Amino acid sequence: MAFTDHDMEVMDSIIKRYPRNRSAIMPLLHYAQSREGFITNDGIELIAKKLDLAAAEVSAVSTFYTQYKRKQVGEYHVGVCTNTLCAVMGGDAIFAGLKEHLGLENDGVTDDGKVSLEHIECNAACDYAPVVMANWEFYDNQSVQSAKDLVDAMRAGNPPAPTRGPNTLPTWKENSAVLAGISDGRANEGIQAGEPSLLGLKISKKEAK
Amino acid sequence: MMTTLTPVLSAYWDEKDSFTMAGYRRHDGYKAAEKALKMEPDAVIQLVKDSGLRGRGGAGFPTGMKWGFIPQGDNKDHYLVVNADESEPGTCKDMPLLLANPHVLIEGMIIASYAIRAKYAFVYVRGEVTHVVRRLQQAIEDAYEVGYLGKNIFKSGVELELVLHVGAGAYICGEETALLDSLEGFRGQPRLRPPFPAIAGLYARPTVVNNVESISSVPSIIKNGAEWFSSMGTEKSKGMGLFSLSGHVTNPGQIEAPLGITLRELLELAGGVRAGHELKFWTPGGSSTPIFTVAQLDTPLDFESVSAAGSMLGTRALQIFDETTCVVRAVLRWSEFYKHESCGKCTPCREGTYWLVQILRDLENGKGSDADLDKLLDLCDNILGRAFCALGDGATSPITSSIKYFRDEYIAHLTHGGCPFDPLASTLFASAKAGA
Repeated sequence: MAFTDHDMEVMDSIIKRYPRNRSAIMPLLHYAQSREGFITNDGIELIAKKLDLAAAEVSAVSTFYTQYKRKQVGEYHVGVCTNTLCAVMGGDAIFAGLKEHLGLENDGVTDDGKVSLEHIECNAACDYAPVVMANWEFYDNQSVQSAKDLVDAMRAGNPPAPTRGPNTLPTWKENSAVLAGISDGRANEGIQAGEPSLLGLKISKKEAK
Repeated sequence: MMTTLTPVLSAYWDEKDSFTMAGYRRHDGYKAAEKALKMEPDAVIQLVKDSGLRGRGGAGFPTGMKWGFIPQGDNKDHYLVVNADESEPGTCKDMPLLLANPHVLIEGMIIASYAIRAKYAFVYVRGEVTHVVRRLQQAIEDAYEVGYLGKNIFKSGVELELVLHVGAGAYICGEETALLDSLEGFRGQPRLRPPFPAIAGLYARPTVVNNVESISSVPSIIKNGAEWFSSMGTEKSKGMGLFSLSGHVTNPGQIEAPLGITLRELLELAGGVRAGHELKFWTPGGSSTPIFTVAQLDTPLDFESVSAAGSMLGTRALQIFDETTCVVRAVLRWSEFYKHESCGKCTPCREGTYWLVQILRDLENGKGSDADLDKLLDLCDNILGRAFCALGDGATSPITSSIKYFRDEYIAHLTHGGCPFDPLASTLFASAKAGA
């Protein structure tokens, strides 16, 4: 895929956010990923040109950060937290269950291109463990069965809404654009807080009564 | 006596539009910024110093003092950078805060930038939380729209540009100098200090790096005064903080309380350890803080007391594990995390975490030997204090502390020929079944 004139304009606007151009490298990589699904050589060369850097310098940055993919992922990229807390609470069982259910290893993609799978590190939602992320949206308090149902629904084209996120699950490319700082106008969708987030507040209101 | 809870940052999270400009303004949102902008910048710094607020990102450095380190009248650009790269295992307070109330951070950033005379401020948020990014982005746009950000904010003549910068999955970028390198567009690797960021930070200019919760606490201090804030907490650990309970607890979640509350009190509020089980070990402030056992249930959770008991308050990330959890498995998984997240810059951390994982894996899989425990401790001894940044030190904490409290369990892995625990017994589904 070639980058369009519109892409050039967006990328220029991203660069303008910063006092120094090189700071734009990360949002530009997120943006390139939103256009092509992963970081291609074309993407790297374009960013290098935009920032007046060598392609090797951009490549060095992109390979440092795990969210920049160097090969195609699924339309829905599923991450199962297997850091200690989530692993103990069921993340290990969920990850094993999904690998078996999808016939995939870590970093694998289903043949239909719908779902890719990786184990991820702590995603700052430990009070909702075990946690599964899809396109970096929260699916809280999962079980082996709920996770299998989730990926089945993705392959059928109708994934349920995230637990704390927008009303429908955006695609990988759509969410990559959000991470580049391009608004999709969906900030007002979804709940403001899940039950665990309100634990202390509710107790204190009960005490006050 | 039971500690009284103090929801300040979380006070309105139960309102459906708490994250919107209208929801925030309903409770005097942005009034503190308006007030601060009428004060002298140095008076704002003094007020924050007087409040006793200490950094909520783990280290507990006095926030006002950090601001005071920024040289004034130096004719250089100054920067404020907020660390929202919340990635320490167990830590889960800043993300729900930003999801429910991003405006309180923006208001705190306006006040802090004014105090340190910064015209540019950045929020570095981790990249794996798309909806948090949406909420923050929208809140920033809305603040620009009404003139709280940009040129001549609050019609005060003050200028502030606020940029949201989204990370891409690197724990090390939570380390402040690695974060700055990342924000400058490089691989996120830590820098040698000194010079400290206050002298040479972002673009080698004076820079304050603060945690989300620290900056979000500032509007309430401006609004209610330093005395109000310092009336909460303990002698040297003032104010309130979010305590995050996770794991084998009946009702996991966030409890905002004065510093100095104990785990015993918090567990009671959260309905105790899950039914039919008992506390085995816990982390007071994330995986990089040495673990505790039942012996520390009554340790006040403030910086001094936790430190005196042999750990660190860290981010108040209370991960609770009951007797079904294998401590070797838990520690192995954390070690795998540190190995994966080691940036590779320094040898003790890069090589050391690799070998720690090899040994722990062998132990867990029944291939360990009698010499392994000493080897683990020896490796830790060669990493702690010799690594370039705190990541390496953190990697040793779970190992040395778990061997201290659970040496017998490590040895049981040798005599049993592997892990004697059933991993399914510790899952959430196991407790759901037992409760059904």
